[in-house]
Amino acid sequence: MFDSGILFPSLINGLTTGAVYALIALGLTLIYGVLHIINFAHGAALMVALYAVYLLKERFGIDPYLALPLVVPGMFVLGYALQRLIINRASHGKDENILLVTLGLSIVMENAALLFFKSDTRTIETAYTLTTVAIGPAMIALPKLVAFAGALLVSGLLLWIVGKTDLGRAIRAVAKEKHGAKLMGIDVDHVYAMSFGIGLACLGAAACFLLPAYYVNPQVGGGFVLVAFTVVVLGGMGSFVGALLGGLLIGVVESLGGLYLGESLGQIGIFAIFIAVLLFRPQGLFGAKA
Amino acid sequence: MSALLEIRGLRGGYGQVEVLRGVDLTVQAGETVALLGSNGAGKSTLNNVVCGIYPAWAGTVHFDGKDLSRAHYREVVKAGLIQVPEGRKVFPNLTVLENLELGSFTRARERRAANLDKVFAIFPRLKERLAQLAGTMSGGEQQMLAIGRGLMAEPRLLILDEPSLGLSPLLVDEMFGLIRQLREGGLAVLLVEQNVGQSLEIADRAYVMENGAIRFSGTPDELLGSDELRRAYLGL
Repeated sequence: MFDSGILFPSLINGLTTGAVYALIALGLTLIYGVLHIINFAHGAALMVALYAVYLLKERFGIDPYLALPLVVPGMFVLGYALQRLIINRASHGKDENILLVTLGLSIVMENAALLFFKSDTRTIETAYTLTTVAIGPAMIALPKLVAFAGALLVSGLLLWIVGKTDLGRAIRAVAKEKHGAKLMGIDVDHVYAMSFGIGLACLGAAACFLLPAYYVNPQVGGGFVLVAFTVVVLGGMGSFVGALLGGLLIGVVESLGGLYLGESLGQIGIFAIFIAVLLFRPQGLFGAKA
Repeated sequence: MSALLEIRGLRGGYGQVEVLRGVDLTVQAGETVALLGSNGAGKSTLNNVVCGIYPAWAGTVHFDGKDLSRAHYREVVKAGLIQVPEGRKVFPNLTVLENLELGSFTRARERRAANLDKVFAIFPRLKERLAQLAGTMSGGEQQMLAIGRGLMAEPRLLILDEPSLGLSPLLVDEMFGLIRQLREGGLAVLLVEQNVGQSLEIADRAYVMENGAIRFSGTPDELLGSDELRRAYLGL
């Protein structure tokens, strides 16, 4: 139907988008897949991070990539504080309360953004926004390639933290056995807040990589959060490798779907796959059988 | 010299329900103390209040010269008061090695490698299973892992809550052999058990708990020497 001259660039494009999806989904995997906090504020937090990157560029002239050391720690602190001071206290450990509290937080954040920024869609101009790089027959926008490499790098860092550090072990331990963890002196409230902070720090990184080739408005998080929840379930709840590969897969499916079905129907493939996975492999592509 | 663990008038419970009604209990350094009592007497609640999992309503807990009466559970572990809980509570989704490593999360982290070797010397079987997920091991193996994980924190006092529960008779013997071994190494042990006979064989002193308070304290011989106590509390 299409020759490789169109197919290949579309594939590469999908992978670059998918890497950012993966990064957003990895943060959610930590919060939702491991700790089972249903964080409806994930998309709104991404929006906040995007506005932070936008403001740093517009007000202080800080390049989005150089904003990483500011936005990532900033989002971490925001996440830690939100979990420790609001979500944990307001929810009393009940899942349905957490769901409502995070939904409420997302409404507050989105409306605060509307108040301060109006509903205009904003973009930033950088020297490299329109630069392209040739990969074989494909011409790929430089910011997308940077986003791809950056997202993979951050994903690798996150996998290392969760897999190989004491904090990561403690996070996984708390997810399944809180009482045992407490008796080893692992501060459960602190571990929850750290996880939430790291999850939002991923969004900070994603925002820095996204904005040079993307836009921000108060509703921008909605589309991403839907995809992120899909990726978490698709990859297998709590599987980090699953979220990474699931994100890449979703990016490619969306891109190829757009190619064959038209831009507006591009996302239909995502949900077709999602429903198929739920029907035939409910534990997700990389999830352990329950 | 003051006791290693000194509990005075401890009260606590859940919501409105008082479970502990003024518990007094002491453990000296190097001593093995048995805490006996039927189901629902409040033994596990006592452990969890002492370890800072649930708040104490009244009374004091002193450990190794420190006041731990209202301490966070992290401070309790830091002080070297380590509990191996009833039902093992190992981390099922982590490997044996990761479980042991987390034993030294709060205390003795800098001596993790040396302590791993010590634990493997006591439990050679754990060393053969390093990469296995703890949740896939048998109950006896999980109990060993739970004790090994506790030892990784270099306890000054080890609380063992029902270590023989659910184990086969052969494994129960092995478990009590191990407790004897720990005791000979100079470790103070508070042994919470329903297995009265074997507990009294290795204990220096014993307490009998009933309805949230201590009803008897003394040596195993005194306890076994009283027909009334034996019949009423021990079912022997």
